[in-house]
Amino acid sequence: MWLWFHKLSSPPYAYRTVGLMRPWLFWPAILLMIVGAFGGLVLAPEDYQQKDAFRIIYVHVPSASLSLMVYVVMAVAAAVGVIWRIKLAHAVAAACAPIGAWFTVATLVTGSIYGKPMWGTWWEWDPRLTSELILLFLYLGYMALRASFDDTQRADRASAILAIVGVVNVPIVKYSVVWWNSLHQGPSISKLAAPSIEGSMLWPLLTMMLAFILYFGAVLCDRLRGEILRRERNASWLSESIASS
Amino acid sequence: MQSSVPTTPGLGNILMLVMARDLRLAVRHWDQVLQPLMFFVIVTTLFPLAISPALDELRRIAPGVLWVAAMLASLLALESLFRPDVEDGTMEQWVLSGQPLSLLLLAKTATHWLLTGLPLVLMAPIVGTALGMPQSVWPVLAATLALGTGSLSILGAIGAALTVSVRRGSVLLALLVLPLEMPVLIFGARAVDLAMHGEPVAGPLNLLVALLLFFVSLGPFAMAAAMRISVES
Repeated sequence: MWLWFHKLSSPPYAYRTVGLMRPWLFWPAILLMIVGAFGGLVLAPEDYQQKDAFRIIYVHVPSASLSLMVYVVMAVAAAVGVIWRIKLAHAVAAACAPIGAWFTVATLVTGSIYGKPMWGTWWEWDPRLTSELILLFLYLGYMALRASFDDTQRADRASAILAIVGVVNVPIVKYSVVWWNSLHQGPSISKLAAPSIEGSMLWPLLTMMLAFILYFGAVLCDRLRGEILRRERNASWLSESIASS
Repeated sequence: MQSSVPTTPGLGNILMLVMARDLRLAVRHWDQVLQPLMFFVIVTTLFPLAISPALDELRRIAPGVLWVAAMLASLLALESLFRPDVEDGTMEQWVLSGQPLSLLLLAKTATHWLLTGLPLVLMAPIVGTALGMPQSVWPVLAATLALGTGSLSILGAIGAALTVSVRRGSVLLALLVLPLEMPVLIFGARAVDLAMHGEPVAGPLNLLVALLLFFVSLGPFAMAAAMRISVES
């Protein structure tokens, strides 16, 4: 296990491993997405109150979970990078930020499309929407800080501190729904014991959730490879592997 | 006369020296201390001009206006927190001094709060009254600002330490720090709002205390780590 871990932190090995992993994440993600979309858009019954409009949750809810999850992954990777001085972990954190930011944008966009027929407005200053917006600001700040350093190593360490400090905000985002009353409906799938969503509506949602997670993994692989290429652009192993291929 | 061996003063003395030095510097440049305070007053003046001179209307938005203005004023003051010391090399000596950098920076931030946060706390009731805030709200307003600006100073100090070596860092600083400060703003403005409606304010006040304690206990480590990165090259 530890040997594998150490091997993985060497750029050439990581570059190859990540490249091998990618299709195993990408194709199942696409497959599950098709299954989930079919289940959610065609098989699932119409909601008695929200009619067909509720079907956007099959994109909205997984995006929202991922937008938070990616931030946590980013912060953990950044912390690993700072504590054990693993450069690859910093590369993972750097690769996470734009993905997470896009999931956050997707959440906000699908949320406002969902909000229009449900609440009658595109945007509501509801704490949950607002904290999602704050999450987007955190991602943008992280990327802005990273971009303002020329030296990659300093950018890594400075932005890692920001990510760790920012992760404090993630629980506040998550629990804001409990702290304030609002018109946003409470989470409906975390209560697995007595889910307030019917089974035929639930399984496509869980499928989509899994699909999104795998998709995140696949995109992370791509971005990580790009990140490794950028960081190792002067390394000899890279020119050798290009020459041999 | 015996030859005196130079001894290192104790940590408590060092922290006192740090604070005394910054206070002395502030007294000598007292006009710079006044600038964020003037900014606070001017920003709050903008709202009656932009929205309405009717006190009824202003009273409703007063807690939010005061809190946003205080937040921006404390942000503005952050620029001068570490920059002079980093530029003239003092900070490098601190990093090399072998003393706990986190405590040195916390002492510096505490002094900074005395010079920027405390004046806001004292000024806010006056400005609040001008916005139609009843006198009964003063204690709550002062308490939330005292607790809240403390948190703002610490979060801001982390951001300032991160961006001190970046060119044109002040806009970046705002981008980094404002999202992190939002919980403080929410609880602070909410407590004042509740007080104006005569409702109990213990909930948001407790949360402000919790945030402050949390930031005081963990913030200095982040400040020190950030400062080491900024000074190192």
